[in-house]
Amino acid sequence: MRKVMLVLLIALLIMPSVFAAGQKGTAATGAKTVTVFGAFVDEEQRRFEEAIKPFEERTGIKVVYEGSKDFETLISVRVEGGNPPDIAGLPQPGLMMNFASQGKLVPMWASLEATIDKNYAPVWKDLGSYEGTPFGVFHRVNAKSFVWYPKKAWARAGYEVPTTWGELVALMDKMVANGHTPWAVGIESGGATGWVGTDWIEDIMLRTAGPEVYDKWVANEIPFNAPEVKEAFEFLGDIWLNPKYVYGGRNTILTTSFGDAQRPMFDNPPKAWMHRQGNFITGFFPDAVQANLEEEVGVFPLPSINPEFGIPVLGGGDQFVVFNDRPEVRQFMEFLATWESGESWAKAGGALFPYLNQDLSAYPNEIERSLAEALVNAKVFRFDASDLMPAQVGAGSFWTGIVDWVNGKPLATMLNDVQRSWPK
Amino acid sequence: MTRVKSKKSNWSLVVNLILLVLVIVWSIPIIGLFISSIRPQDNVLSTGWWTIFGEHSELSLDNYRQVLGGSQYTFVDSAGNTVRASGDNLSRAFINSFTVTIPSVIIPILIASAAAFGFAWMIFPGRKFFFTTVVALLVVPLQIALIPILRDYQSLGLTGSYLGIWLAHTGFGLPLGIYLLYNYISTIPRDVFESAFLDGARPMVVFNRLVLPLSVPAIASLAIFQFLWVWNDLLVALVFLGGTSDVAVLTQRLANMVGSRGQDWHLLTAGAFVAMIVPLAVFFGLQRYFVQGLMAGSVKG
Amino acid sequence: MVVPDTGTHEGGVLSQTLVAIGRIAVSLFVPIVAFVILWAGFMFLRDSNAPQGIIALVAIIWGVGGVAMLFWVTDWVVNRTPLHVAKKLQPFVFVGPALVILTWYLFLPTMRSLYLSFFDAQSKNFVGLANYVFAFTDSKMLESFLNNLLWIVLGTGGAVGFGLLIALLADRSKLEKVFKSLIFMPMAISFVGAGVIWRFVYAYKPAGEDQIGLLNALVTLFGADPQAWFTLRPWNNVFLIVILIWLQTGYAMVIISAALKGVPSSIIEAGRIDGASELRIIRSIIIPFIASTLLTVSTTIIIISLKIFDIVFTMTNGNFGTEVIASMQYKQMFRFYHYGRGSAIAIVLVIAVIPVMWYNLRQFSKREGF
Repeated sequence: MRKVMLVLLIALLIMPSVFAAGQKGTAATGAKTVTVFGAFVDEEQRRFEEAIKPFEERTGIKVVYEGSKDFETLISVRVEGGNPPDIAGLPQPGLMMNFASQGKLVPMWASLEATIDKNYAPVWKDLGSYEGTPFGVFHRVNAKSFVWYPKKAWARAGYEVPTTWGELVALMDKMVANGHTPWAVGIESGGATGWVGTDWIEDIMLRTAGPEVYDKWVANEIPFNAPEVKEAFEFLGDIWLNPKYVYGGRNTILTTSFGDAQRPMFDNPPKAWMHRQGNFITGFFPDAVQANLEEEVGVFPLPSINPEFGIPVLGGGDQFVVFNDRPEVRQFMEFLATWESGESWAKAGGALFPYLNQDLSAYPNEIERSLAEALVNAKVFRFDASDLMPAQVGAGSFWTGIVDWVNGKPLATMLNDVQRSWPK
Repeated sequence: MTRVKSKKSNWSLVVNLILLVLVIVWSIPIIGLFISSIRPQDNVLSTGWWTIFGEHSELSLDNYRQVLGGSQYTFVDSAGNTVRASGDNLSRAFINSFTVTIPSVIIPILIASAAAFGFAWMIFPGRKFFFTTVVALLVVPLQIALIPILRDYQSLGLTGSYLGIWLAHTGFGLPLGIYLLYNYISTIPRDVFESAFLDGARPMVVFNRLVLPLSVPAIASLAIFQFLWVWNDLLVALVFLGGTSDVAVLTQRLANMVGSRGQDWHLLTAGAFVAMIVPLAVFFGLQRYFVQGLMAGSVKG
Repeated sequence: MVVPDTGTHEGGVLSQTLVAIGRIAVSLFVPIVAFVILWAGFMFLRDSNAPQGIIALVAIIWGVGGVAMLFWVTDWVVNRTPLHVAKKLQPFVFVGPALVILTWYLFLPTMRSLYLSFFDAQSKNFVGLANYVFAFTDSKMLESFLNNLLWIVLGTGGAVGFGLLIALLADRSKLEKVFKSLIFMPMAISFVGAGVIWRFVYAYKPAGEDQIGLLNALVTLFGADPQAWFTLRPWNNVFLIVILIWLQTGYAMVIISAALKGVPSSIIEAGRIDGASELRIIRSIIIPFIASTLLTVSTTIIIISLKIFDIVFTMTNGNFGTEVIASMQYKQMFRFYHYGRGSAIAIVLVIAVIPVMWYNLRQFSKREGF
């Protein structure tokens, strides 16, 4: 035993010199590094890394991106634990406000603010601001108010794209009369189950009550159980809770993963004929459909309900914020505020960008081009309300409220419960 | 060991039958997972795995190919060309997982067995209080420890180091280790020690020569549980080690494999099996220690 | 207690104080020195450029060897002290390192949570017992308490029951290794993998479709309508608990099996010679012999049931009346960023385990060493 210990002791004394020898090589690599932490992984991470290469090549600054599916948990632990990344891509404005209110974020500096004013519509700056101070730079964004349909099957059945809510309802009834099921809906999403429903409600709110009421609703200046909210839910209920209108009825809505929900549209013959979802849904379509997107799939904006409010666009997106103020971090943030940082990603597909001066021809197909155009030119654009509300509601009682309601809870009770959960 | 097994044959038939039924019930979900892992993606999503024995018998190793070789990406390079490329393979992640796991198993077992011996066979003030507290700490959700420990690590410069994550796994694994080993070590008959102490042996010698060898079955069981826990851990590694590709462990790579929006979860079927290989090898490697029951032989013999 | 040694030593108080200081020093020595040496080494290691495999290997030897060596060094130091001092220091050579590490990693964070549980979301303003009022009155919390009780009763009962049954039967089978390995298999699967597995069991598709979930395939085979299992209250809790039993039976089996090997065959043979039936031998000889192990296994699985989180969070997110305490804790802390409530719920978990600890302590008292 003693001999073993002696050997170990000697080994322990020798090892540091071994490490020291290994360390010499690293001394030369003194390149400046910026760490970025975000929620997107895998393929999207590769596309992001590719998109920022021009910056790395030009400046010699190395950008190290780390993506995690557990982003929301990790970012709060790391920030609270004193180990924040230089830059984080926050999916929810609520997170930004939380960190900003604690003084953890570096506010925008003049040159960056000027770039933002030039390259973005004012709404994006407001969404990145807390109490009037801008913090966040939006990069990849998404637009959600769209209805997807199987183009070829529609052509055979003679269905036409509705432009008003009345036409949409007429179309739905026509489908039912033909023995077809209009909608494919699924809201299951693991720990985030319910968000698909909140998107629907937000889209309808924007069309029935308009953007001003929507803003008041987000700020809880009108309560969650206000008549306007109730009305939106009733519009949704007319579709969702009618088993003739939704493939599989309530149980399918509750238990189908949001990504798989679109699949019945591409059966032959289609088992469902429409699917409302954001631009990112194309990545979930069956491979054969994705390969031939423009011919297989059609898309139209969710029609207007009250003509006064037109066709508003609902969207979301990641905003990058700064935790550590260094010159190279600033340089990278200014790069992110330009179209150059998104161009190659836009070409690869699956992402929209908000830059005013972007080159729409970069998008790989007509569908994404039209969505990007709709996003940039939207007269009324509103950010996903559930991402703006306090997390207790937006990522809590609103989600579970939708689930409970579809599962049979009376509407009024559900709305009261959500209102009660609003933090004072 | 063979004491009962050669008994009446109809009795053993009943025993084996009941076991067979239980084992089949337990295995069906895993068989389903395995079959799903060798089916093409579209079939996995549209038909039940058992249809492989009927109309949908197509097999495909694509899932494994993607998991092991890295999934295929399409992106546009700076020259404007569309490129298809593979992600990193898993060998780096395997090495990282081993580097994290092996000391995270051995260190807590060393410390826990010493503590269990101390609690079981030594008298000192506060023994009951300390022991109860240790066991009560089993219930503490480790999430509440992440932020304070990370702060300490920041000031000590331990964030992102292997030492940091080993110590963290040691801290989080000790309550179960002490509790399980205490239960075992405290039942070692007293006379085993008495003769040693009469010979004037120091406690450390008794611990080394008697307690550790006698506790092999319990240590082997504990080693497996701690191994599984660390090997399959995601959160602790992400917080204390980080998730950049040079330090990412296997579970992190697998978790990210489902894609940003969870669209690729068919890959998880293959990923789960790849991740399972090592824990199963460890189980089979250690199994003989707790199946043979060294304790029974050496103490009672 | 403060009886001074007669003879060579000067004063009782002084020597007592020295012993006390010594105790603390010994407890601190192993971890601190281990820490400093390891830390110094890893400062080099972290920035090293050597091949990954070599770094890993060196790191492993360094870490494990370091800890083993430091135990040995402390023991050596303690044995250089006078005998009566050494005797008092000895126990702390063994339990000291564990206590220090546990204090750092779990005890202090728990105390910090206790403190934070009296403050608001951002830990700025004192709010008294408001977070505890929330923990005991919120309707989701009350639902969680009931569900956790169900998890404890069914989950622990199921896992320990099946674990005991399989361990006993496997002990009497020639194919012991094969059976035990297969039952153990679920434990080896990462939780991500287990989640996928159970999707293939509980998945739901509308009537008339190809079912991809095994359970619904069976149900429709017998002509009934497919069910959305996770929406069926209150049975959905049971469907979730089945997953825990499936996962944890292997654990119970392994521990119980190890204990069974320790039952002296002489006692069992004696029982057989007396003509006792197999069931009677199990009930009156084997079970009492392994009682302490059963308590250990039950305690750990009760605690696992109390802390259950992953299964519920990923399968139902607590919807349809399946919420549990640990999932509420996680949501408050990491999703709603309400550290006060998150901490209070964590403290409630610790309080909930007190009865189990009390029972363990009683058993512990019966098993005094020397």
